[in-house]
Amino acid sequence: MSQSLRPYLATVRASLQAALCLQDFSSQLVERHNRPEIEAQKTVEAILNPMMISRNENERILIETSVNSIRLSLKIKQVDDIETILVSKFTRFLMSRAENFFILRRVPVQGYDISFLITNFNTEVLIKEKLVDFIIEFMEDVDKEISEMKLFINARARFIAEAYLTPFD
Amino acid sequence: MSTPQVFQFSHTPVHSHCFSQDRQTLAITKETEVEIYNVSNPSKPQLIAVLKDHDKTVTAVDISIHGRIVTCSQDRNAIVWEPLSDGTYKPTLVLLRINRSATSVKWAPNGFKFAVGSSARVIAVCYFEQENDWWISKHIKKPIRSTILSIEWHPNNILLAAGSSDGHARVFSGFIKGIDNKPSGASLWGEKFPFNTLCGDFISSCGGWVHDVAFSPSGDVLAFVAHDSTVTVVYPNGGEGVAPKSILSVSTSHLPFTSVFFADENTLVAAGHNRFPVVFQGDETEWLEVHSIDDPKKSVAQGSTETTALNMFKQLDLKGAVQTGASSSSSSLNTIHQNTITQLRPYAFGSKGEVTKFSSSGIDGKVVIFDI
Repeated sequence: MSQSLRPYLATVRASLQAALCLQDFSSQLVERHNRPEIEAQKTVEAILNPMMISRNENERILIETSVNSIRLSLKIKQVDDIETILVSKFTRFLMSRAENFFILRRVPVQGYDISFLITNFNTEVLIKEKLVDFIIEFMEDVDKEISEMKLFINARARFIAEAYLTPFD
Repeated sequence: MSTPQVFQFSHTPVHSHCFSQDRQTLAITKETEVEIYNVSNPSKPQLIAVLKDHDKTVTAVDISIHGRIVTCSQDRNAIVWEPLSDGTYKPTLVLLRINRSATSVKWAPNGFKFAVGSSARVIAVCYFEQENDWWISKHIKKPIRSTILSIEWHPNNILLAAGSSDGHARVFSGFIKGIDNKPSGASLWGEKFPFNTLCGDFISSCGGWVHDVAFSPSGDVLAFVAHDSTVTVVYPNGGEGVAPKSILSVSTSHLPFTSVFFADENTLVAAGHNRFPVVFQGDETEWLEVHSIDDPKKSVAQGSTETTALNMFKQLDLKGAVQTGASSSSSSLNTIHQNTITQLRPYAFGSKGEVTKFSSSGIDGKVVIFDI
């Protein structure tokens, strides 16, 4: 693990643990509704200040907290065009299956690659520590996955180029 | 110190629980229902009744000294359940006149009226009207600006404290003509108490939603816990407009507390998102965190399994930190409550009226009785 990754993940972990203190909160604007206040954005006093943690200009996380829900958005490292394409394909693959992941949001927040929405109903059935572990693990694995895919593409490209461009005997 | 007594009824959240006056029956909320258990034999609680009239999540339940049960729910209603001789309960809908969810309910200590906090930014003080055979309510509206999260009655049955999500803890008069006797003279909370008088308005040191409020046994001290992880204790000096004698905020390094109560005049217990109760002691000059009950740091020694070097390096590589104890390997945490504690209530009292045992309920579906 590189030098700057450890403090970054430690900060994200501590911030998530503090942010994941959620409680049941039914809407005070609409009768008999109970909705994530962070998505509704209508009740000002139920929303806390958003928090952005960034490792460098390419990687950052935005944590938006409210009384009964938090939304966290990830910007995944993309240094060249291949990585940009890979990240967009990868996140699209995950988000089109969002209902299987419970906490995944179908559309990322503007300026980010992938977003999670965790409500009090999720924290009631899931153990909070494990939820934080999952997010941290996801942040680590996604980088690994993308760079692996990039290596594979490069290797494949080289192989194809060699195969096609071998001079005829 | 004996081991805490644990009731695990289900794995659905218990938002609120209440023991009857004789500690023989226990009422817990379970989604849209309230379950009544006979706990006279603690090892084998018996389900004796299920109260089913709500159609949305039940947020609070309370039992009066006469044995009446009041429940309130996000379906905007409160229901009073009168126990009948055959062990069933007769429901009576309360005329709350609120159009948002009801969030908290508490009986006055004398059991003749109760208060319901709601998301409609009102507190409904409800009492029984003989002529119409009906529970009716009067509203406290001003100056509440947001959802009421908690309610607590003063021991004199007249004042009530309310914590709100606008970050204020307020003390109001809930005096009802014909139900209450006129209070005699001035007290620390003011001189006259017509209905809806604001007797105090406090905020914590950093602000944040006020999750719970509590009066001391004498009623002369108010404590509240807010989302900024503080416990604030207020010593009033004559009502609203007069600066309190002292207002002390204790900041802690714990996650926010969701519930608080006074064990005696100089001790209070708070618990919440950190999953274990913490005891505070102090007086008018200073309050301090003394110790915690069921602290995971202490139980690590017994619960920890052998951490191999390989395991340690694996964790360092994977998570950037080494986790010790049971939390790393198994799926259970080393506190009794596995999720947020929602409510604390006094359970047993000592010779001088101090609380010796208290009960807690949690999102993990447990009700636990702790010794202080």
